[in-house]
Amino acid sequence: MLSVRNLTKRFGNKKVVDGVTMKIQKQKITSFIGPNGAGKSTVLSMISRLIMADEGLIHIDDKELSTCKSNELAKKISILKQSNHINVRLTVRELVSFGRFPYSQGRLTKDDWKFVDEAIHYMELEQMQEKYLDELSGGQKQRAYIAMVIAQNTEYILLDEPLNNLDMKHSVQIMKVLRRLVDELGKTVVIVIHDINFASCYSDYIVALKNGKIVKEGPTDEIIRPSVLKDIYDMDINIQHIDNNKICVFYA
Amino acid sequence: MRNTTKLGILTIVTVILIAVFLFTDVKGSWDYVLSKRTEKIFAMILTGAAIAFSTIVFQTITNNKILTPSIIGLDSLYMLIQTFLVFTLGSTSSLMNQNINFFISIGLMVLFVGILYKVIFKREGSNLYFLLLIGIIFGTLFESISSFMQVLIDPNEFMRIQDKMFASFNNINTDLLMISLILIILVTLYFLKFIKYLDVLSLGKEHAINLGVDYDRIVKRLLVVVAILISIATALVGPITFLGLLVVNVTYQLFKTYQHKFLIIGSILVSIISLVGGQLIVERVFTFSTTLSVIVNFIGGVYFIYLLLKQSKA
Repeated sequence: MLSVRNLTKRFGNKKVVDGVTMKIQKQKITSFIGPNGAGKSTVLSMISRLIMADEGLIHIDDKELSTCKSNELAKKISILKQSNHINVRLTVRELVSFGRFPYSQGRLTKDDWKFVDEAIHYMELEQMQEKYLDELSGGQKQRAYIAMVIAQNTEYILLDEPLNNLDMKHSVQIMKVLRRLVDELGKTVVIVIHDINFASCYSDYIVALKNGKIVKEGPTDEIIRPSVLKDIYDMDINIQHIDNNKICVFYA
Repeated sequence: MRNTTKLGILTIVTVILIAVFLFTDVKGSWDYVLSKRTEKIFAMILTGAAIAFSTIVFQTITNNKILTPSIIGLDSLYMLIQTFLVFTLGSTSSLMNQNINFFISIGLMVLFVGILYKVIFKREGSNLYFLLLIGIIFGTLFESISSFMQVLIDPNEFMRIQDKMFASFNNINTDLLMISLILIILVTLYFLKFIKYLDVLSLGKEHAINLGVDYDRIVKRLLVVVAILISIATALVGPITFLGLLVVNVTYQLFKTYQHKFLIIGSILVSIISLVGGQLIVERVFTFSTTLSVIVNFIGGVYFIYLLLKQSKA
């Protein structure tokens, strides 16, 4: 169980995250939604120790984050940020093999390579595993990074806007993979996502943030409602039921 | 060509150059010439290795391939120390004696970096680029103070300082070489436990943390290692960080890998090759009428441009 209590972060005098308290359930996809500047990414970064919280406690399986060793945490929780520019030239396979670093400290064993192969297979990257990252398209690159996270084999997987800059086909592909990670491998996935319809179709639980605070959280069904969404986004959103999915119509 | 083959070829070239340097063009007593030359070679290997190695590490932790450790201002500090000693005590003072000067220089440089790191890393959440920025400002300050003092002193005294402005492998004290060697070995032993983190650090801060690297702690330790190595090399032969940028970029072009086991050894070899080769040209072709840095920068620069042009065609 991942729980967060009274999390606060200030940049200068501005509180970007203000007293966030929540529990993230195991083996579910939890989506953070909300307008720009709501503090979604900051919360995700604090949970994954990329930035330090000013106040508040983060517990991962009953251990407080700051008392855990960084290397042990890397076997429990992984994070993928939205921009992943890497300065060195790597092939897909080399990148994925970095995912085993917490276990192997750079000296990969046969077992480690098995995890790498499985991750590559899982993301259907076999054809391009020897290609360099700078030769790939945005969607392929994103899949390669996700493969690295899969090779890291952590229980908790945090993704900051994994669909950023992807077209529809690749977005659906990535979301289906995340769904499979939860359903087949029993992972717990937390994502920050802007496309409300992807959140509606794929997530189990939604946390809505606004101005650094949680406005509403609950199972997807309880959040994807016109009255709730009006509170979050300050706009009227019409919701249609299409093939058992709730689709928000807000384009016109 | 595989990377191990490339390393092999570099090693052979290094050995040949060293042999040429040691055994050709011997005039007069073999004993005397050889012992003098061995000392020089030894100094070149030591400083070449220290500079190449610390530049690679520095570029990896800053994630930037055009920075060198000189940006922290150590070169300028070294010149300031030399200028200040001559300015206040005169060139005949005992503090200009090689041994004492060596220890004063190392001591002050390490002390400076120590204070710089202490002040900056004490504030939580301060980042590496802030450190570099402060370093640049201090470097400029030191340079200005130095040139101010250089303008005021007697022209004959200025000659003494000018000697120190260029890296030189002539007249290196054997005792200092031994001390430097021991210091460098100690620092390297300390560094060994961090070596496995370098590949991961080259992915950038966020990936490194995600993969379980205790980022702040390790980067701090690595910066200390870099500063000590640079201080030793500079105090031994004079300002020499110019070598780093060229050598490591040639190495990146040669090896095209992210793996530091190749990069570090490769850059050390390239560094020794350029120092020994450059020194050969300075001594045998130009008969000491130019300086090593001019030769190394000229040939290295031309070669680097060649590599870039070749790459852009491919």
